[in-house]
Amino acid sequence: MSRFTGAAPLFKKEVLRFWKVAFQTVAAPVLTAMLYLLIFGHVMDGTAKALPGVAYTSFLIPGLVMMSVLQNAFANSSSSLIQSKITGNLVFLLVTPLSHWAWFVAYVGASIVRGLVVGGGVLLVTVWFVPLQLAEPWWIITFAALGAGMLGSMGLIAGLWAEKFDQLAAFQNFIIMPMTFLSGVFYSVHSLPAVWQTASHLNPFFYMIDGFRRGFFGASDASPWLSLAVVGTAFVVVALTALRLLATGYKLRS
Amino acid sequence: MSTHPAVRFQNVSKVYSGARGTFKALDGVSFDIAPGEFFGLLGPNGAGKTTLISVLAGLTRATGGTATVMGHDVVTDYVEARKRLGIVPQELVFDPFFSVRETLRIQSGYFGVKNNDAWIDEVLAELGLSDKANANMRQLSGGMKRRVLVAQALVHRPPVIVLDEPTAGVDVELRQTLWRFVARLNREGHTVLLTTHYLEEAEALCGRIAMLQLGKLKALDKTSALLAGRASTMLRFKTDDALPAALASQARVTGRMVQVKARDAADVETLLATLRGAGVKVEDLEIGRADLEDVFLEIMQGETQKAVTA
Repeated sequence: MSRFTGAAPLFKKEVLRFWKVAFQTVAAPVLTAMLYLLIFGHVMDGTAKALPGVAYTSFLIPGLVMMSVLQNAFANSSSSLIQSKITGNLVFLLVTPLSHWAWFVAYVGASIVRGLVVGGGVLLVTVWFVPLQLAEPWWIITFAALGAGMLGSMGLIAGLWAEKFDQLAAFQNFIIMPMTFLSGVFYSVHSLPAVWQTASHLNPFFYMIDGFRRGFFGASDASPWLSLAVVGTAFVVVALTALRLLATGYKLRS
Repeated sequence: MSTHPAVRFQNVSKVYSGARGTFKALDGVSFDIAPGEFFGLLGPNGAGKTTLISVLAGLTRATGGTATVMGHDVVTDYVEARKRLGIVPQELVFDPFFSVRETLRIQSGYFGVKNNDAWIDEVLAELGLSDKANANMRQLSGGMKRRVLVAQALVHRPPVIVLDEPTAGVDVELRQTLWRFVARLNREGHTVLLTTHYLEEAEALCGRIAMLQLGKLKALDKTSALLAGRASTMLRFKTDDALPAALASQARVTGRMVQVKARDAADVETLLATLRGAGVKVEDLEIGRADLEDVFLEIMQGETQKAVTA
């Protein structure tokens, strides 16, 4: 058996888990993002500051897509783990020879898939409102995959740590949500006061969204290479933490 | 052929520490189970049976000692140990997203077993689940869900099968179906470790039995030796009257049913004379062999009395 034996069936199971309830896990976040576009696009178009030469609504769409990617990647691994822990069916995984590598690859892989499916759905329904260009598409793929991988890993950590649904909700509402909203989804960080610009540059979510947006417009607040370095480093740190927790059986094996 | 025992516990201890102090769930438990054995692990609630099984499955980490499955340490060589182990958990848990067949295919995959449909179909048929193969787990009754738990434990054909109270709260039909299938697997060479509170099942099925109490091993022997070595005769009768004090202290009373241990025929005569002398009206009197429940209670009560007098 290799260290990845069993990863493929677990990955498939995790993908099927969200796909079987796609109305809730895919359609609902797509609708939410569309409502954001309609409301924020209508209210702030012409007043909010975007990238030079880019209309606000066009600027907003990649931010909404990436926000959906990140939030749904986090939701996938975290909700699956906490549900399995609370209902007790995690025992079916714990008694198997699955390595911590297999757990990680399967849970984070499925999170990336859900993030990309929802992000693709948001792009598909919003692109009809405003024409978008794809100036440097490789950045779109790179940052979407890396961001989803990082949030999938964070979801894994949160799912392992949380013992109750409200603990997971606290993680989501007090860490993930603020970091996402304060990352430049709805605005360019250049429109912020200097102190908040500095604060934004300490938030790795800012680099994910800025790098992702670069792929559409060929322009960004920060260098895409700097964004890649920050997001890549953050992903490695979070992934290693998740792997360590899995290897030690943190809150899994008493 | 492997020279290793199917299961080996060596001085296994487990201590839980918390705000309310420490609790010793297992205290230096050691015994082996040979390949092909049908082995019973008995004990009252809180004796440590499930903790011991959890140590074997890797769900709980022992504070001290080691456990192996077919010679593979459950911690340092967990991959090989878990491949050889099939666990039927005590709790009735299931994944509500999947059908029975999907559940079994996924579980096979975790063990690296591909294209397993022929064995899955056989297990489903043996457990009377063939017509439920495509039903969602949520649609199944409690008894059917219990059968799927058994199927999940067997899906990778483990040489060692652990059944943790598999018949708790299930109907007679499932019990018979389950025991018929497990007995077949045992005849084919699978080792079976069974915990149960139904002592007549343990007596009928298990060749050897271990008894735990308060985390310690209190008895370990062949079932026949346990039965032969303890009280060999029991006087059983029903009555509505109060027993004389001399008899009440040694009798086991369940509603109207009274059971009293007797060493030999003379002892039976003495007991009957005591009852007559006290004017106790007796119905359905019978003299029979002691069963495992009598042995179990004798061992547990003996240990309790020792603990009290120590």
